[in-house]
Amino acid sequence: MDINKQYSAQTWPDHPETATLEGKNKFVGFWLFLGGETVLFATLFATYLALKDKGPSGMEITASQLFELPLVFIMTMLLLTSSLTSVYAMFHMRSYNFRAMQAWMAVTVLLGAAFLGFEIYEFNHYVHEFGFTYGHSAFSSAFYTLVGTHGLHVAIGLGWFILLMIRNAKRGLNLYNASKFYTISLYWHFIDVVWVFIFTVVYLMGVVG
Amino acid sequence: MAHEVETRKKTQAEFEYAKRKREEEMRGQVATFALMIFLTLVAFTAVAADFSAYYVVPTILLLAAVQVGLQLYYFMHAKEKGHGTPIFFFYGGLLIAFTILITFVTIIWI
Repeated sequence: MDINKQYSAQTWPDHPETATLEGKNKFVGFWLFLGGETVLFATLFATYLALKDKGPSGMEITASQLFELPLVFIMTMLLLTSSLTSVYAMFHMRSYNFRAMQAWMAVTVLLGAAFLGFEIYEFNHYVHEFGFTYGHSAFSSAFYTLVGTHGLHVAIGLGWFILLMIRNAKRGLNLYNASKFYTISLYWHFIDVVWVFIFTVVYLMGVVG
Repeated sequence: MAHEVETRKKTQAEFEYAKRKREEEMRGQVATFALMIFLTLVAFTAVAADFSAYYVVPTILLLAAVQVGLQLYYFMHAKEKGHGTPIFFFYGGLLIAFTILITFVTIIWI
């Protein structure tokens, strides 16, 4: 396959992401990777649940003292919306509309960056207002490791999006990069899947007590 | 990359059919998104309304599970053909994840 072969909307396959052998392999391989990621996050969630609200006796800070729902709600809406915009990007990828796909991916990146900004603000707030540093207690280490690992995934996702967009800016859509765009969108949805459990298990259940 | 890819020009009718299918699917995705926003709102409201934790915790966990299902099957296209093997891998991960969680919240105590 010539990687720079040009297509038109009429010759573009219905499922460009799995049209090539490389695309098929990437697709299966990436889902396998996501299975592994699920296990990674499960261990972090399990550690968090076991150590929640625990600390050296006398200096516990509990989840219900710490968390504020409005901030978490904004972050949830940002990430959920970015999931939809990446679905739009994939719709345009399958419709062979490169510019629209790039535009929706740019919106996704902006929403993801806003999410990350709020997360940095949140951590900063906990450290400066509560003295809730990474080494403060068993609870703080478990919390920052879980939510921080998710934040790291968001940061990696943003970098991945930006690199793909820049690298393929002049190439346009073809079967060489279609599977790459599809893979990052799967990754981005997975980040949102993990966040659904973080806002439920960490924040909402933390506020409930 | 020795693997050759066969490309074929669609007839106008095939092209329009595929286009209509994609657009229908996209409308479904937007409806899914609205449903996910709704589930999120319900979860936050249930917590803000200060009901008993006995009711709230199982409810919000259920809402999260539904939302993840929607995310997987609609946004990540797992309902499309050819997802049997990948989803099998993913559920394998989920099974191990579930076991780890059960272990840490019930067997290990600190």
